[in-house]
Amino acid sequence: MLQVKDAVVRYGAITALHGISFEVQQGEIVTLLGANGAGKTTTLRMLSGLHAPSGGQILFEGQDVTLTKAHQFSALGISHVPEGRRIFPQMTVEENLEMGAFVRSGGFGDDIEKMYSIFPILKDRRKQMGANLSGGEQQMLAIARALMARPRLLLLDEPSMGLAPMIVETIFKIIGDIRAEGTTVFLVEQNAAQALRLADRGYVMENGRIVFTDTAKNLLHDERVRAVYLGESVEGS
Amino acid sequence: MISFFTSHFATLRLEFWALLVGGVANGLIYAMVAIGYTMVYGVLRLINFAHSEIFMSGGFGGLFVLRALVGNSTPSGMSSFVLVIVGIVSGALVGAILAALLERVAYRPLRRRNAPKLAYLISAIGASYFLFNMAGKEFGRYNLAVPQIFNDHPVFTIYGAPVQLYAIIVLIAGLIMLVVLDRIVATTRLGRSIRAVAQDAETASLMGVNIDRTIATTFILGGALGGAAGFLFGLGSGVVFTMGFTPALKAFTAAVLGGIGNLRGAVIGGLLLGLVESFSVAFVNGAYIDVVAFVILVLVLLVRPTGILGERLGRAA
Ligand SMILES: Nc1ncnc2c1ncn2[C@@H]1O[C@H](COP(=O)(O)OP(=O)(O)OP(=O)(O)O)[C@@H](O)[C@H]1O
Ligand SMILES: [Mg+2]
Repeated sequence: MLQVKDAVVRYGAITALHGISFEVQQGEIVTLLGANGAGKTTTLRMLSGLHAPSGGQILFEGQDVTLTKAHQFSALGISHVPEGRRIFPQMTVEENLEMGAFVRSGGFGDDIEKMYSIFPILKDRRKQMGANLSGGEQQMLAIARALMARPRLLLLDEPSMGLAPMIVETIFKIIGDIRAEGTTVFLVEQNAAQALRLADRGYVMENGRIVFTDTAKNLLHDERVRAVYLGESVEGS
Repeated sequence: MISFFTSHFATLRLEFWALLVGGVANGLIYAMVAIGYTMVYGVLRLINFAHSEIFMSGGFGGLFVLRALVGNSTPSGMSSFVLVIVGIVSGALVGAILAALLERVAYRPLRRRNAPKLAYLISAIGASYFLFNMAGKEFGRYNLAVPQIFNDHPVFTIYGAPVQLYAIIVLIAGLIMLVVLDRIVATTRLGRSIRAVAQDAETASLMGVNIDRTIATTFILGGALGGAAGFLFGLGSGVVFTMGFTPALKAFTAAVLGGIGNLRGAVIGGLLLGLVESFSVAFVNGAYIDVVAFVILVLVLLVRPTGILGERLGRAA
């Protein structure tokens, strides 16, 4: 579904991604793990056109989208839940959901109802301003807003960031449900244990390079991963 | 001392309604111009200091179209009505076109290069100088009267104060345009994209909003209102290459007064400024009237740095 080949991204003189390659198959949940500053957000921003790569190629469903503009991705079938949620602060919950369906023509009232059934809390808050939601509510709204475009590929940037464990649990369960309904998921996380339990496969990124990849199950038991991302020392495990 | 006040309040009472009508009419013109500042600020976070020339261009646009249409005739009745609308539409069109050009030539290239704010400021001031000097050179440096398209006369009186047809035209046209703009921003798809870009441009683009197109449309909407306002102003005071300077500076004041970035704030700021100016003639020498606006600006900002309604970016409704 998605193929990235030797992608290079630069911020001025700084090279953030040094030629990374990976792929996501239809129906998978693939996770991208890495420490702070590894280049995970940069990778997602590149995938949705917010930052054009200066080298390499990106194919989505066989189509070259390397230089496609950000505002065109939503209609192509890729939705991005950005780091930090980025809810429109002075729009209501419902208006935020409507923004998610911006590129869709025709009615989307059923989709809004569907989002309210997946995230009942959003229904209670429907008339509230985005700025007045809690972090967990904002994260749910960000995911719901992205789903309003009916994407085939959903990009998620650290959906667990700053949230209480119970809410993280709920959100990860919903990500599983989203995949079960047929949406492919590419999940960036620092919360490696939880991400790997949910995902099929994973890539591990360090300093702008993908250093290894395996099935999620193997990665969960990989000593390098356990040492760095699961907070266990190699000897102790 | 006592007699000073009583005499002034006596004048005030007599002239209250005249000053009120005049203040609201001027205030609506300020509001229409202020909206252009506040909308562009909303999407770009910068002040379009060339907006004064959009105002001026609307004055000339209406003037030339009406000159061509009126010739030596003296319109009345229905043809007056149509000509007023033609003048407003011409002003709006010329303003909108110039605003679109300005965005393309003076702003977009800087945006592409991620230029610092100061570069935009200099670019705008340069464009403004270029435009008004060009207008001065091409159209002459003296005040030109807009052809007489209607016979200005008192239409009715409120408590003895006559209300001129010109004031009625400004009131009706201004109100209609402000309400239409408010509805466009609050309820249409275009309005939603403007609000989204004002709140978070990058995220708006993830939703499929074309940022470039939205910014251009914002300039066009603000330009149309500014151009129409320039025509209405020119209808009363004549058209000259420097006509934009003072009204636009006051409209900018109005926008800041209401809370820059806030559409309704711009309207409230404009009306307030128009009224205060109008009523201040009862208290201060008319020569100081231009000072009043800026004294008020300083006073309001000392108390409320974000303006009356506050900076509610993107929450245009
Ligand atoms: N706008 C920018 N300008 C310059 N450098 C940047 C910019 N954004 C990111 N970088 C740099 O690129 C590298 C990768 O950053 P990125 O945000 O992609 O990391 P990340 O893996 O998402 O980290 P985190 O877990 O903290 O979100 C970092 O070294 C960062 O400092
Ligand atoms: Mg990140």
